[in-house]
Amino acid sequence: MKNPIENLDRIYESRVRLGIMSVLMVNDWVDFNTFKELLDITDGNLASHLKALEKRNMISVRKQFIGRKPRTSYKATKTGKESFNRHLDALEGIIRRK
Amino acid sequence: MATNDERLQDLGEIRSIMERSTRFISLSGLSGIFAGIYALAGITFAYIFLGYGDLAYEEGIITLPDISSSTFMLYLLIDALTVLILSLGTSLFFSKRKARRKGIPFWDNTAKRLLINMFIPLLTGGILCLILFLERDIFLVISLTLVFYGLALFNAGKYTLDEVRYLGIGEIVCGILAAGFPAIGIIFWAAGFGFFHIIYGVFMYYKYDR
Repeated sequence: MKNPIENLDRIYESRVRLGIMSVLMVNDWVDFNTFKELLDITDGNLASHLKALEKRNMISVRKQFIGRKPRTSYKATKTGKESFNRHLDALEGIIRRK
Repeated sequence: MATNDERLQDLGEIRSIMERSTRFISLSGLSGIFAGIYALAGITFAYIFLGYGDLAYEEGIITLPDISSSTFMLYLLIDALTVLILSLGTSLFFSKRKARRKGIPFWDNTAKRLLINMFIPLLTGGILCLILFLERDIFLVISLTLVFYGLALFNAGKYTLDEVRYLGIGEIVCGILAAGFPAIGIIFWAAGFGFFHIIYGVFMYYKYDR
């Protein structure tokens, strides 16, 4: 059997990115402040992790204006959801083998 | 290299975030306190000004107070609806305020999910109670408003803060007691809609709002 460790995606080594994807697996568009509240991290930290996921095409970004306030929301792409599921399967596989 | 413990921790974290992110978290304890106060004011009003206290319940026979009974029923209905509308309005106001302070959107998927899951049992009970009310079965209505409200909260608790479920159980117990002891049903009604709301509200305020 192939070693499931090879299927682990390094992008999820960060707890924040793991958290972002967990939220997006069960919600459609989620905005920046909701992430901040759920994951309890600073703006800069969150923004850099979102950027990393965006670069890998795992999430898509939408900018809107609510009144005069800008609101940025994020959604998991198909690629993102597939990669997250693969990562979960790999985690499960590793734990089962021992 | 991550250890198995760390991986298990990751899985636990994923599960917990998925849970938390699908719940509506902008409920304010103040809503509960106000709802309780409105309910107690509504009961006091019915008791003193509408002559609810003159209602007698003996061996299943209800005697309505002296004033023409349809006027009494109408005022009682207006009284109850006023309490309901004030409570909903206040809770909307405080939830919006809390969402704004936290900088998160008020009307999102979690809010929708919460409302649908709360209002289906609540409307079912509301319609049923209205029919029984028109049939003049006031003592049964007292019990059923508590029971259905409790079921609605219990169901809604899956989509918002956990404590809502316990409030729901409290309301259901009050409702069943009110049915078992109809002569003092109004006391259980005051306990359920008044005191339980206030206790819940104070607890939630200290736990989440400050």
